[in-house]
Amino acid sequence: MPRTEVVLQEKIADGLYRMVIKSPVDLSQSAYMPGQFLHFRVSDSIDFMLRRPISLCLADEANNLVTVVYRAQGEGTKRLSRLAAGDTVDVIGPLGKGFPLHEESSAALVIGGGIGVPPLLELAKKLRAKGTRIVAILGFQKASQAILIEEFKALAEVFIVTDDGSMGKKGLVTDLLDASMIDGISRYYACGPTPMLRAVKQALEPSGILGYLSLEERMGCGIGLCAGCVHKIQDNDGVHYVKTCKEGPVFPAQEVVFS
Amino acid sequence: MTLHDVDLAVEFCGLQLKNPVMPASGCFSFGKEMEMFYDLNLLGAIVVKATTLEERMGNPTPRIAETPAGMLNSIGLQNPGVEKVIRDELPYLRRFSSLPVIVNVAGTMVEDYVAVVHRLNDSQDFDAIELNISCPNVKCGGIQFGTDPEMAAEMVKAIKEASNRPVMVKLSPNVTNIVEMAQACEAAGADAISLINTLIGMQIDVEKRAPLLGNGVGGLSGPAVKPVALRMVYEVASNVNVPVIGIGGIFTGKDAIEFLMAGAKAVQVGTANFTDPYAIPRIVDEIKEWCAAHGVKHIDELIGAANPMSRRRG
Ligand SMILES: Cc1cc2nc3c(=O)[nH]c(=O)nc-3n(C[C@H](O)[C@H](O)[C@H](O)COP(=O)(O)OP(=O)(O)OC[C@H]3O[C@@H](n4cnc5c(N)ncnc54)[C@H](O)[C@@H]3O)c2cc1C
Ligand SMILES: Cc1cc2nc3c(=O)[nH]c(=O)nc-3n(C[C@H](O)[C@H](O)[C@H](O)COP(=O)(O)O)c2cc1C
Ligand code: FES
Repeated sequence: MPRTEVVLQEKIADGLYRMVIKSPVDLSQSAYMPGQFLHFRVSDSIDFMLRRPISLCLADEANNLVTVVYRAQGEGTKRLSRLAAGDTVDVIGPLGKGFPLHEESSAALVIGGGIGVPPLLELAKKLRAKGTRIVAILGFQKASQAILIEEFKALAEVFIVTDDGSMGKKGLVTDLLDASMIDGISRYYACGPTPMLRAVKQALEPSGILGYLSLEERMGCGIGLCAGCVHKIQDNDGVHYVKTCKEGPVFPAQEVVFS
Repeated sequence: MTLHDVDLAVEFCGLQLKNPVMPASGCFSFGKEMEMFYDLNLLGAIVVKATTLEERMGNPTPRIAETPAGMLNSIGLQNPGVEKVIRDELPYLRRFSSLPVIVNVAGTMVEDYVAVVHRLNDSQDFDAIELNISCPNVKCGGIQFGTDPEMAAEMVKAIKEASNRPVMVKLSPNVTNIVEMAQACEAAGADAISLINTLIGMQIDVEKRAPLLGNGVGGLSGPAVKPVALRMVYEVASNVNVPVIGIGGIFTGKDAIEFLMAGAKAVQVGTANFTDPYAIPRIVDEIKEWCAAHGVKHIDELIGAANPMSRRRG
């Protein structure tokens, strides 16, 4: 397998890391999208058979670098966090279908929860470059888990909520979704834990605003071979399981079925 | 001796394979996804995802769990159904000039297996059937055919009568006597035996105090199952005359050579494709390098090399 070099690895919060790697593909020649993911092997040995999907957080075309931000929670991502600048890593991607950038979108709402926040940064960057006004609602467990706040502030009007109130407002991202918040918004984009996505979809459905959700499913292959990563989608053909690694992880909110 | 002097070609069921390595069913979808990685002509043959009469949704998620040196899956035969497979999937594979195509057939009862085969008979876009009587992931999904020699024989007989193409039979390892199963299938007319499918296993999510997989149980695959697979291939190759195809945990050229030496005529690679999309061409190269380094001119020299019983059966 082709390997790529780690350029930077740093701890940015309790258990959270930022890793910058040389892009496995030439970004200037590839049609990469925010919301796509990179698929990492976490060990060269066969102890860890499955790759770990981590979303693209930032792409730097000029230097052909990609940044990911991730939580070292299980054994695999902990191994990933032990890589240092100069090491090499086996990674494929960017894979899947990301967030579509609508031309007509005058103002966009991005909603991130926890480790769902990072992929929205590249999205915000791309939207900003098109002149879109951005409102960001970012939710975290507590202040010590809050990440990328300054980066978002440079691009968007930012609202923060935490479960314990240690930063921003105490509560859930959906608590902020009132009429004044969505005034003038023509698109929303959300990434975070499944209960959050379900609540966001439910809260914004009556408004008729088109939205996109980035789903998280366990993956076998990440490239469409195994049908392990499916989620229920409702489209013209009815309700069926769709491979989130290939057709997603981002789907139009109205098509996503939460059972 | 150089790499060019090594001949890896094998033949079974009338299929000519340029090398003995093919993907295992369910671990390569219908092949299209691999276009971005390599030319499918590099494969010895292709085995596509299990195909049933009607479309199957498959099991609830999560469907995947990682285990030490392996994984569990509970996909549950999700596939678009034989009609769409014939129309939308198989024709694409005919673009590859030297790629035998094997269709994995699954179902619930003898009648629907037979109906799939009847429908397939009209298609020119495949070369052999792999009869899946071993999927652990579907209730009545063929597994009782895979654990009872008499029912297996009845199924194989019906499929042999129905099919106008060679029939390989894929066996489940979840039995007490694998040789008895293989012999029953051979006696009923199987043209080849492939093994193993996955071993039934389980993982518990300790936070939720519940089984992790949506289906509760799943099939174990990957390097963890290789010793079991190898033993079963060795035993079956010692006791049947039809070609045996080895499957289970193959990750390297050396793993594949172990199966060949145990008596397998060819091998299938499943889980390794997930870890390394280039696994199959890499394994083919590694076999070739091993042969060149050991003065092996033709792969036939290795088949059954560690299993005198299987060699005597030829
Ligand atoms: C499309 C996509 C994008 C993601 N982007 C990010 C990101 O940018 N930052 C980040 O921190 N995390 C992200 N995740 C979640 C990340 O993939 C998991 O946290 C990680 O796989 C867990 O591996 P582990 O070794 O820590 O855990 P283990 O528990 O050891 O993992 C065991 C197995 O379960 C899988 N698994 C466990 N938890 C999850 C999960 N939540 N989602 C999917 N698979 C899981 C693992 O991949 C592995 O196969 C993303 C997930 C998906 C599907
Ligand atoms: C995700 C997944 C899906 C599978 N689907 C099928 C299938 O549809 N039909 C079948 O006969 N075997 C299926 N199998 C079993 C494999 O073909 C193979 O027999 C098994 O995984 C052992 O080989 P491996 O260790 O190389 O993966 C599947 C295995 C996996 C991991
Ligand atoms: S993870 Fe294998 S098909 Fe999506």
